[in-house]
Amino acid sequence: MKTYEQINDRIASGKAVVLTADEIMDYVDKKGLAAAAEEVDVVTTATFGPMCSSGCVLNFGHSKPKIRMSEAWVQDVGVYTGLAAVDVYLGATQLRHGDPANMYHPGEFRYGGGHVIEDLVAGKSLQLFALSYGTDCYPLREIRTWFTINDLNQAIMLNPRNCYQNYNVAVNDSDKTIYTYMGTLEPRRKNANYCSAGQLSPLLNDPFYETIGIGTRVWLAGAHGHVYAEGTQHAGAEERTPDGVPTGGAGTLALTADMKHMDPEFVRGVSLRGYGVSLALGVGIPIPILNETVLKRTCVRDRDILAPVVDYGHEYPQKTGKIVTRVSYAQLRTGEIEIEGAKITVGSMSSYHKALKIANLLADEIRRGDFLLSRPLAYLPKDTAMKSLIKKEEPK
Amino acid sequence: MSDTVTQKLMLFFPRCECEKPIIYHLVKDYDLIVNVYRAKVTPEEEGYLVLDVTGAETDIARAIAFVRTFNVTVNTTGKGVIRDDHRCTHCGACVGHCPTGALHIKDPATRQVVYNEAECIECLKCIKVCPYNACASTF
Ligand code: SF4
Ligand code: SF4
Repeated sequence: MKTYEQINDRIASGKAVVLTADEIMDYVDKKGLAAAAEEVDVVTTATFGPMCSSGCVLNFGHSKPKIRMSEAWVQDVGVYTGLAAVDVYLGATQLRHGDPANMYHPGEFRYGGGHVIEDLVAGKSLQLFALSYGTDCYPLREIRTWFTINDLNQAIMLNPRNCYQNYNVAVNDSDKTIYTYMGTLEPRRKNANYCSAGQLSPLLNDPFYETIGIGTRVWLAGAHGHVYAEGTQHAGAEERTPDGVPTGGAGTLALTADMKHMDPEFVRGVSLRGYGVSLALGVGIPIPILNETVLKRTCVRDRDILAPVVDYGHEYPQKTGKIVTRVSYAQLRTGEIEIEGAKITVGSMSSYHKALKIANLLADEIRRGDFLLSRPLAYLPKDTAMKSLIKKEEPK
Repeated sequence: MSDTVTQKLMLFFPRCECEKPIIYHLVKDYDLIVNVYRAKVTPEEEGYLVLDVTGAETDIARAIAFVRTFNVTVNTTGKGVIRDDHRCTHCGACVGHCPTGALHIKDPATRQVVYNEAECIECLKCIKVCPYNACASTF
């Protein structure tokens, strides 16, 4: 048994033993659970992939004379101005003004909110155009100017949903190519795409949310941030295997961090043909090895994690809830799965390669004493299920 | 017969130099086996032709000299499809679509996606499916 304080003392003195969630299983197999739980202080987890429910709050400071922005665009991408005068929210999936979207199907979606966020973090000069109706206190009606992230008072990433605990594997059983947020899927189940870091993924290493909760310090694209809430669509009550691995989406996290400290390598605009734009993010979350149970859960292996295979040609869009089968991440990572006797090539939307890099970067930071762990202020619910949107008659 | 070699050629035509049946001459006069990857040959417009030619080294050299007489730019070292290693995230969204395995996962343990340009047949699929705009055509 260790406490957060003991672990942080070891980190601060540069003595912490830190392993990645990719290394820990072999280590525990070799040392035994009890000995390893004594020795290891932290296991780092990570993921990198498109996370559509992401965005940021920007504060521009005031122009002279002042403006209360009522409509605004950054790089021609519309931002939400329903906040105070010069605060805006820039969302990852916002299209650029005039983008033909899917008018000429499949649309290319070369540039949008996610790309603006990438350019902002990369320090590029961006164009702001804002309009206003004018008030006595904010008379300016229009402004066009250029800025970089350093000119902003704040650039705070504020993501309502990141780090899905588990995710679907998408196939297409229809007889035409379809273009989805899970990539391009060829007809008659010719290819499959998945999107999870599997055994490295944060919430799969803490399936019952025993250490990852509201207030947990996280590594968000290189910046030190926090879990500020349960993520939207968090459904802790999802069905699980005896080891706690959810068989569907389950938990999610809402994350925040200061974008001025982010590394552009891990903040990347995404163009999904025929679907839209998004933002891919790198997230690393340390798990304090408080006891043997916590350690045992971080030893989850790809072969033990099953993901539902779902037909995005019909079942997913029509919300039938049907799944084809379940496959393990070990199978997925071989690049080929077999379903009903047919071999299917497998691609991925998330990058295990980058996730591994993040888990190692975070482990190094902790070893150097530069990243301390925080105890959750509140735990994520384990009893909530996902609700649906019901079309109702107007109430009398 | 001397040893045969295969060489990739990228031919760029200025406007309206495409009257001659170039491929016919490559086959007939220089005894080359031709495998066309990509072509855009429209009269009155700039065009290109990307192909592999297989034959004797001397015949290939003569054929290139012949093609150059038409004011056609011949690129023998060029890459038709490039992957920006800096932009590639190694996600693997392209590997299921690449017909030849030019883009493939080297080691399942790290899932790093490598690009072996020699195997690329320029189908351009990766350009369409890469979410990170890491793949591009050089023309
Ligand atoms: S889809 Fe693009 S980013 Fe992903 S591995 Fe292929 S080239 Fe790299
Ligand atoms: S152009 Fe086609 S063959 Fe070449 S790397 Fe891309 S997908 Fe593979």
